[in-house]
Amino acid sequence: MSKSENIIELIDVRKEFDDETIAVDSFNLQVKKGEFVTFLGPSGCGKTTTLRMIAGFDLPTSGKILLNGEDISSLPPNKRPVNTVFQKYALFPHLNVYENIAFGLRLKKKENTYKNADGQSYSKVQKLTKAEIDKKVKTALEIVDLEGFEKRSVSTLSGGQQQRIAIARAIVNEPEILLLDEPLGALDLKMRKEMQIELKKMHQRLGITFIYVTHDQEEALTMSDKVVVINDGEIQQIGTPTEIYNEPINTFVADFIGESNIFNGAVVGKLKVKFCGATFDCLDDYEINQLVDVVVRPEDIKICQPGEGQLKGKVISSVFKGVHYEITVAIGKFEIVIQSTYTADVGSVIGLRIEPDGIHLMEKVYTVNKYDGVITKTNTVEFGDGEFECDVTQLYKGSTLDEEGYLITAQGEKLDLTGIEVNVEVDTHDILMTDDTQSGGARGNIISMIYKGDHYRYIVRTEENEEDYVLSCPDMWNTGDLVGIIISKDKIKLTLKPTGEEK
Amino acid sequence: MKGLRFSRSQLCIPYAVFLILFVIAPLVVIVYYAFTNGEGQFTFDNFINFFASTNTLGTLLYSFSLAIVTTLVCLVIAYPTAYILARSNIRKKYVLLLLFILPMWINFTLRITALKEILSLFEGNISSYPFLNSVIGMTYDFLPFMILPLYTSLQKLDNSLLEAASDLGANKLTVFLRVTLPLSVPGIISGVTMVLLPSMTNYVVLDMLYNSTYIMGSLIGSYFSSYDWNNGSMISLILLIIIFIVTLVTNRFSDKDANNRGAIL
Repeated sequence: MSKSENIIELIDVRKEFDDETIAVDSFNLQVKKGEFVTFLGPSGCGKTTTLRMIAGFDLPTSGKILLNGEDISSLPPNKRPVNTVFQKYALFPHLNVYENIAFGLRLKKKENTYKNADGQSYSKVQKLTKAEIDKKVKTALEIVDLEGFEKRSVSTLSGGQQQRIAIARAIVNEPEILLLDEPLGALDLKMRKEMQIELKKMHQRLGITFIYVTHDQEEALTMSDKVVVINDGEIQQIGTPTEIYNEPINTFVADFIGESNIFNGAVVGKLKVKFCGATFDCLDDYEINQLVDVVVRPEDIKICQPGEGQLKGKVISSVFKGVHYEITVAIGKFEIVIQSTYTADVGSVIGLRIEPDGIHLMEKVYTVNKYDGVITKTNTVEFGDGEFECDVTQLYKGSTLDEEGYLITAQGEKLDLTGIEVNVEVDTHDILMTDDTQSGGARGNIISMIYKGDHYRYIVRTEENEEDYVLSCPDMWNTGDLVGIIISKDKIKLTLKPTGEEK
Repeated sequence: MKGLRFSRSQLCIPYAVFLILFVIAPLVVIVYYAFTNGEGQFTFDNFINFFASTNTLGTLLYSFSLAIVTTLVCLVIAYPTAYILARSNIRKKYVLLLLFILPMWINFTLRITALKEILSLFEGNISSYPFLNSVIGMTYDFLPFMILPLYTSLQKLDNSLLEAASDLGANKLTVFLRVTLPLSVPGIISGVTMVLLPSMTNYVVLDMLYNSTYIMGSLIGSYFSSYDWNNGSMISLILLIIIFIVTLVTNRFSDKDANNRGAIL
């Protein structure tokens, strides 16, 4: 087998913490030598954990990490040819700049070849000499543009300078991979922009593979060769910045990367999709009647005369953003955000045109919530960390309930349903949220909200077992809100599990 | 209600009175007695007496060795303990910490009495091992004072520094020697200060464990109880200066570190 050109490869990596939370799951990634790869995702999505597993600070629960084809999953950090730039720099406060950068070099050993008196060569593993260390430290300081800072105490440096020293300390060891954990997070905006460009240059000059972690989508798009979008411990999409931006694979990516208008749509013909009450030509081929999420970038919507274009709406607001205006237009009950270099008068009616290549369709991920449930003594059903009233008679056709709560089947058989396991299905439209967390069958926190033109799509997650409720709601709530979940009795669909219980 | 307003300097008055009455005045009295003889005439005799007498110099040496050995023993026991308490993920570590601190809540003469019984169980006649027993007694007494500052400084240690060190190629031992240990120096210094100085003077422990050798504290006590205030004051003064020098030296260490610590915050 030829040596693969992947410098690092993650195969089915999974990380579960002691408290059984799953930080990273089925993570598969290949990184080529010299690439600039960015892990992008909201905080808590598992991107830092993945980086820490590559560095060796955390060990994967299962799966493999291959470096140049060799399994390094269980090696300690000091045995791995990778170096890390930490989020808060982690410079050693008791050492000066020189000693900080030389820290790794002083621990390094290398093989030197000598010739003995007979002219035979032999090699010895030796520590680096003082002159070698001096030279390397000097070069590293030049790379980060801080010549002459050797004797300074790290406490006298500004944030940006400390950041550069942290980078110098890592690259001086000539690692095969440089890991950067949100390295610019603590810098101000201007400094961050400068460092982005410098890091990118450094990457080109050094030829080292960079793996970069950030939650800033702009940073990811600016710097990377390859972006890995992560959410909830799973990879959502891997691609070049352009692919990620232009062809988001699902609504999460579309919403996370840049601004998006996201609508519910339906495919009404060959390369035809209907949303916002109008039919559009599109480029994505889906089966007819397929329900889809439609993503339209604000800059892909063009303003035209009312009557031209596919849509017509009233301007609600127009905000100057420097390069463009951000214009919100109401079309019936839908709202669309547009970015345009022209402004439009608030209250005026304008036409909107969207070209086929500006419309991105994605298969709907959530249309129905599915759970495993158990029927209780009182003929309610327990699922998703909650207990709901339900109609158990739907389990057996033609059955009724007697006064004591037993189920009488159509054949007149008397059944006790307590403890029976059922499949539960609830439509996203049939779940309601309430402020009163005590009412409702379950409660949880809103972990995600995505605006879909005329309504929001929420995901509510319970605390106990992290069960998710996906629901649509026209009102705006806030992420993090604790809400009660209400599902009316007749909206809960129950089916029996195909077990051998009945014989 | 104008009359109720105080200026800053007025608010200092109670403290200044306290300072004058209980710190400065006694010091002046000590200095006065140290440099006078029984008739109240100025003299250096007390000073010369101290350094001319092999007895007093021997006591100073004995106190020093006792204090240093006690401090070292405390450090050797306290460092690993504090390290485990602060750095490991063991459950209920606060309970463990409390167990080490708890003896401080019990009167120390009572503790030493208990220790005496235990020691005599092993040694028979405990007066045969005066130095050893004194070290054990003082270690028992002062250990919490060593553990607490060490625990605090080790707990404050930023985990990412340790990760950075191992990321740069250091194995566990090197990480400890080159990062953990240097960064816990402030804890070591304040622990040493808190154990070294009291163990030079706490003669009650020696008395209770039948160690009849004098240490600095007992020497001062004996002079004062025989009404030789002049020599007693001079020894107190010398001890005071020794303590002052030790504090000065250690403060320079910890000051330097305090500056560096500020940097990572």
